[in-house]
Amino acid sequence: MNIYWNSFADFLAMGGYGLYVWGSFGVTALVMIAEPILAVRSRKSLVARLKRQARADRNKEQ
Amino acid sequence: MNNRLINWFKYASPQSFYPLAGKMIPWFVALATVFGAAGLWLGLAVAPTDFQQGEGYRIIFIHVPASWMSMFIYLVMAFWAALGLAYNTRLSGMMAQALAPTGALMAFLSLWTGALWGKPMWGTWWVWDARLTSELILLFLYIGFIALQAAIDDPRRADKAGAVLALVGSVNIPIIYFSVKWWNTLHQGASVSLNKAPAMASIMLWGMLLLALSFWMYSIAVALYRARTIMLERERGTEWVKEVLQREGAK
Repeated sequence: MNIYWNSFADFLAMGGYGLYVWGSFGVTALVMIAEPILAVRSRKSLVARLKRQARADRNKEQ
Repeated sequence: MNNRLINWFKYASPQSFYPLAGKMIPWFVALATVFGAAGLWLGLAVAPTDFQQGEGYRIIFIHVPASWMSMFIYLVMAFWAALGLAYNTRLSGMMAQALAPTGALMAFLSLWTGALWGKPMWGTWWVWDARLTSELILLFLYIGFIALQAAIDDPRRADKAGAVLALVGSVNIPIIYFSVKWWNTLHQGASVSLNKAPAMASIMLWGMLLLALSFWMYSIAVALYRARTIMLERERGTEWVKEVLQREGAK
């Protein structure tokens, strides 16, 4: 399980394919960070909306 | 036998599935993280170079998992759709709706990483090749499914329309999978298949399989999370949702 790279610069350069390799991994990471954030946001806004509605309904009953 | 059936169907109602999904999500997140870290370590740090493609081949570690997931999620979506059409269960439509955005993102990632791989290896970002075109159609099927469901106000009718689209579109999955065999394409054949030894070094194979597992766990986690939101939205006004909202307030 030795590390294949001699230096960090080698790792970043990816043998000249840096743009393609990091472009792939970077966008994938972005998507996998953004999707959960959006999912959490939409859940929070829904819960807030449903609570507002519940409060409004209770006020009407009184 | 009878008992087992009853236990199964117990979780088919949103109100009992909701807390179960809530308990399962942290585990899937943890598994996705562990498998992801291990797979990235093997794929990016340990795995040696490829003798033909140099370091450019490392795109495979996310290209293949994303492509597999894009097809697999579609099949699961079609499965839920069929279940919904056959038994008219509420949960099926919610699950299909929850899976579609993640499937679309996986199809996008498959095409995106494929383009970034194709440019240095084939000299072009895109060709109208059978494999690439059928994967693009898959992305459009996901987008079509999402748009169709969003366009119909009544959720039950939206589910039915979506289910028909999902089922008809599932014809595309074997076409994607076998396209490299059926047509003479620029895309290479399968690196890993069930009936022969994989054409990859074992460390690379392990890295790829670990990342595939990670993508799988990630997809389950985010789809379950989204399914829970959809359940609250659609079942609003019921007693169990009111109880959930009260508990949310306490936090």
